Amino acid sequence: MSIELKDVCHTYSKGSTFAKNALNNINLTIESGDFVGLIGHTGSGKSTLVQHLNALLKPHSGHIFIDGEDINADKSRLKAIRSKVGLVFQYPEHQLFDMTVYKDVSFGPKNAGLSGEEIKERVESALTMVGIMPDMYEKSPFELSGGQKRRVAIAGVLAMRPEVLVLDEPAAGLDPRGRDEILNQVKKMHEGLQITVILVSHSMEDIARLVNRILVINKGEIVLSGTPTEIFAQIEQLEAIGLSTTQSAYIARDLRNKGFNLPENIFTVDVVVDAVLSELQAR
Amino acid sequence: MLKVTIGQYYPADSFIHRLDPRMKLFCTMAFIVFIFFVNNFLGYAMAFVFIVTVIAVSKVPIKFLLRGLRAIFFIVIFTAVLNIFFTAGETVVLDWWIFRITLEGLLNAGRMALRLVMLIIGSSILTLTTTPIQLTDAIEFYLKPLKKIGVPAHEIAMMMTIALRFIPTLIEEMDKIMKAQMARGADFDTGGIVKKARSLVPLLVPLFISAFRRAEDLALAMESRCYRGDVGRTRMKQMRFASRDFAVFCVILVFVAMVFVLNYIAALYGIW
Repeated sequence: MSIELKDVCHTYSKGSTFAKNALNNINLTIESGDFVGLIGHTGSGKSTLVQHLNALLKPHSGHIFIDGEDINADKSRLKAIRSKVGLVFQYPEHQLFDMTVYKDVSFGPKNAGLSGEEIKERVESALTMVGIMPDMYEKSPFELSGGQKRRVAIAGVLAMRPEVLVLDEPAAGLDPRGRDEILNQVKKMHEGLQITVILVSHSMEDIARLVNRILVINKGEIVLSGTPTEIFAQIEQLEAIGLSTTQSAYIARDLRNKGFNLPENIFTVDVVVDAVLSELQAR
Repeated sequence: MLKVTIGQYYPADSFIHRLDPRMKLFCTMAFIVFIFFVNNFLGYAMAFVFIVTVIAVSKVPIKFLLRGLRAIFFIVIFTAVLNIFFTAGETVVLDWWIFRITLEGLLNAGRMALRLVMLIIGSSILTLTTTPIQLTDAIEFYLKPLKKIGVPAHEIAMMMTIALRFIPTLIEEMDKIMKAQMARGADFDTGGIVKKARSLVPLLVPLFISAFRRAEDLALAMESRCYRGDVGRTRMKQMRFASRDFAVFCVILVFVAMVFVLNYIAALYGIW
């Protein structure tokens, strides 16, 4: 499942005095099986970009290809494309509506016109994947805790069996534990289901830990693109657009300036801790 | 996706923007009422010149006003057509099969269309140049006398302010929920009326829940700022009539007088 964007532009309120250029000539390719992190400031165009990936928004110019197919070419293919590219919005628990957890998750597969057996199988596997136990299937989704609600909502998208999963700030507003749970499950899904995952996040820590490729977006343009090692090495560029590298990388840099012999380009907690420990032992 | 122009404010710094909202509301009402008294070409010409002057002074781009008109386009056409065919008259312009168009019918249609268009433009100028908050302040002012008979004027005004404030928020929310459900394969456009109505459930349930959540948050936030309703409440921005407000009041008086003078002249000389 490869995704290709060609010269994609999008302007909000086109033609009015409030017109705002949200995306500017976006060109990018995402390979099948990639785990991509999308970072950028509030209002940089992240959410606009991800909504283009399943044709919820249409580019005003340019094209989006999924597996070589222009997704805006044929309206009757929209449903198929939306089940191929699953999009989990920010605060997805706000979309819950049905009487029970089970019914809510089955909304997607039902819309896809699947048979009862198949729906059941998909709903159960999706809920298992996000760690919701069968004893909760018949509960009202509104009785659940915040973290549980969010997991049910994510299961609602997973039950569509997407080949690309796009998550817009899946951990926003959760406590540290809920945050780790969700992100670890996303990681497991990426590995277990062999799907392409695009993760939008503000947290450099999460991005550094999870993804194998980073896209940095600023004012509607992709300004940096590369592996975490490549991206986090460019501290100046990141800071110039109001972003930063990880806290661990800053600690490593400060220690290096204080005379510690630490390698360049380390940015995750584990790696920095190991490096500092071995340096301390070497002294 | 969804566009609402009613109650939209166009920020600018113009003479009309600076007017006291109470005076603006009064003048708009007077204009709307007396536009229905006009019954001749001269009166319409005067009203047209008047409204064009107001638009020019208000610095609101004409595009915004036309957008408001687009919404009532069909109503205007519909009333015009009804008037053309159903006005009894003497001077027949066209008589074909069951259709019978008279000069009186055409004139009536034109009159109604003009009235509607001016009515909408007049009220659009009010909302485009007055923030919703100012407007509800003005409404509260006019409702005040009713307090004596137990009408909760302040509460009504507060409710209107809050309702207006939340229209764009709820539209945004609706747009988001719609997209989220569409991402799960929901279809809001096709199918019969029953299917369409049922497809709204996944939209309306989350929308209501979020509206209630917002209402609760807002109530808490207001309480924690010690909001206790009307009694003893003062305003940060006091409304004060300035000399320009009295000037405008005189202008609208002249306008109303002119409507009657022109009606009289028209009747005297038989001008339509």
